[in-house]
Amino acid sequence: MSSTVDFRLTDDQRALRQGIRALLEGRFGREALRAAVDRADGKGATPGKAEVDGRGATGEKAGGGVLDRELWRELGTAGFFALCLPEADGGVGQGLPEAVLAFEEAGRVLLPGPLIATHLAAGAVPGAATGEVVVTSADGGLAGAGLVEWLDEADVVRGDATGAEPLAPMDPLTPLHRLPLPDRPAPSDRLLSSDRSDRSALSHRLLPPDRLAPSGRLPSADRPTPLHRLLSSDRLPPSRRPAPSHRLPVTVGRTAVGGEPRAAGAPDRLVASLLTAAEQLGSAARTCETAVQHARTREQFGRPVGAFQAVQHLCAGMLVRVEVARAAVYAASVTADPVDIAAARLLADEAAVRGARDCLQVHGGMGFTWESDVHLHLKRAWIRTHRAGGATQSEEELADDLVAGTA
Amino acid sequence: MDLTYTPEEEDFRARLRTWLAEVLPKLPPKPSPHDWPARRAYDLGWQRMLYDAGYAGLHWPVDAGGRGATPTQHLIYLEETEKAGAPYVGANFVGLLHAGPTIASEGSAGQRARWLPPVLRGEEVWCQGFSEPDAGSDLAALRTRAWRDGDDYVVSGSKIWTSHAEVADWCELLVRTDPAARKHKGITWLAMPMDAPGITVRPLRTLAGSTEFAEVFLDEVRVPVANRVGAENDGWRVTMVTLSYERGTAFVGEVVACRRVLSEVAREARRNGRWDDAVLRRRLGRLNAEFRALWRLTQWNVSEAQGTGGVPGVGGSVFKLRYSHARQELYDAAAEVLGPDALDGDQEWTRDRLSSLSYTIAAGTSQIQRNIVAERILGLPKGR
Repeated sequence: MSSTVDFRLTDDQRALRQGIRALLEGRFGREALRAAVDRADGKGATPGKAEVDGRGATGEKAGGGVLDRELWRELGTAGFFALCLPEADGGVGQGLPEAVLAFEEAGRVLLPGPLIATHLAAGAVPGAATGEVVVTSADGGLAGAGLVEWLDEADVVRGDATGAEPLAPMDPLTPLHRLPLPDRPAPSDRLLSSDRSDRSALSHRLLPPDRLAPSGRLPSADRPTPLHRLLSSDRLPPSRRPAPSHRLPVTVGRTAVGGEPRAAGAPDRLVASLLTAAEQLGSAARTCETAVQHARTREQFGRPVGAFQAVQHLCAGMLVRVEVARAAVYAASVTADPVDIAAARLLADEAAVRGARDCLQVHGGMGFTWESDVHLHLKRAWIRTHRAGGATQSEEELADDLVAGTA
Repeated sequence: MDLTYTPEEEDFRARLRTWLAEVLPKLPPKPSPHDWPARRAYDLGWQRMLYDAGYAGLHWPVDAGGRGATPTQHLIYLEETEKAGAPYVGANFVGLLHAGPTIASEGSAGQRARWLPPVLRGEEVWCQGFSEPDAGSDLAALRTRAWRDGDDYVVSGSKIWTSHAEVADWCELLVRTDPAARKHKGITWLAMPMDAPGITVRPLRTLAGSTEFAEVFLDEVRVPVANRVGAENDGWRVTMVTLSYERGTAFVGEVVACRRVLSEVAREARRNGRWDDAVLRRRLGRLNAEFRALWRLTQWNVSEAQGTGGVPGVGGSVFKLRYSHARQELYDAAAEVLGPDALDGDQEWTRDRLSSLSYTIAAGTSQIQRNIVAERILGLPKGR
């Protein structure tokens, strides 16, 4: 009797993963990563239009990364953004399991940019599927915690980014802006005057990239992921609030016409959380490998540090978290069940953050240096935990599930 | 990746459910946990019912008297029997999960014919004589000696942590047959009849107050050479087959049970008001994620086993590390929900909390499991 409960990847899935891994290794290997970090850090040469913006000075723009538009288009050509778009709509027609495999690879190499928002915009925002257009999200259901990634670099902002304030970049490749919270004091006039008009205007139109870099970018903790803070439009005087009709519905999406959309038609907020989990999983697997590699080669007391049980057990713990998270993430990609996704996200967030912490520890003093990639994984993992569907929300959903059906 | 079941598998599940619903109400009442002969009779009675219904040795190979079921069917069996509240494998544990599979894999035709059918029919109970006072995690350091005398081995030494020793018919026994060889090389696997002269069993009381296992003292016990499984001095390899089974699917039913207990704990918290404590509530939510993931990891290990011919791999170590910890967390959380009632020794969750303390020790401590993960999966240098 044949049996089908099977976690093993199909040949097609394996090929997809290999293809994306090869693309990313070739196009965004370690040297490219460090070059992007250097650019974001204002050290190396800055390509493209960003030079015109006068990067390098400690200006009012958020510090942080400059998106490699050419790479973005290559990702589009490779089908990264159109992966789940039905073939009839020009997409690749794949499902959530395939998207999870792709984003796991992105997480492994710390691929920067608003990948998930652009992926979700494919089919809804012209140019997103092909990588011609960079889309970020300021919608709380997707972005979460009032943070917007890559606001200045985005051509399209889904949701309302009015009043977003830049954060100082922690991750050099994740510029962040913070949205205003309803209970936060009104932002200063300076921020309002510099941000408001630009923000509300750019939210819903395609603009050339060079018009999308007003002040308002926060220096971000994760260098390659610029973050922006959003100000609530409720706090603005009525005359300054963007008209609701300007808001692009975040859930505008694919329909099943002409092919299967994403598995089970999971809502965007669930897909976004699951793909975040996939990125976290990739990062966790990578930091585990990196730690093991270092422990095998670094010698102290006349032997590899990996021969000491104290170090071995740190590494074993990392692998256990990766494998448990992987089982949860892959299963959730197949079931698309909201509670499965909450579990996957919770465990993947934990695997990524704790994995990066332990990897840093295994590297000793070298782990504390800028040169090492460990901090890039840790900072990015931290940022991802703040996306919608994070620990508190997931735990509450998982708790509700336990008592579902009882009075 | 495909997590759906075939129509055949769903049919198997449906028939099993129907059968369980029919027979479980007819079971006699559960015996006292302190009455070992009654426990033996109860566990063997259940095994006999399984045998008569065609569910005994489900995943054993057909030529060993099993049903040759796929790992997925075995998983369904373990899931459904646990959900239905069927008796635990109990006294049949070593026979069905350790010694039996080892004999099926390594024994001669005659040995298989002698020992396997009584296990499947619920007629004979096995126990395990592996650990010794000075050979716990370092099992290969075992010192119980056996030397040849005609057609017998003569065995002297002592074993410890031997579950069901008081009521067992057979003991799967590891002995040292070549003291001069390197420690892994001089070990032999024997099936020792528990009624042989020279065997003394002394029950050990656990911290939970029950006598779940025993010390076994061996004073020149004669075991026929014909009872040796595998070659002389090849016992370590033979043993590894058994241990990989132990770490494979041995905990499947327990994960299902833990998920049920977790729901009960959450409902109790809702009832007694502890649910309003957000920290506790979120802790229970996190445990839901843990056990969901452990269930998926089990399915994963099973599908891996399907691909490698049925012998569970080292993935079992990853599973056991996480599961043993999660089980302890579950009962700690249950205690927090119960409040002062958790100090009542008659509380089922309190008893289970105490027994959960063995999980990070038994069947390879968490530290040994981490060594296995580090060295055999991650390929780190051997630690000393």
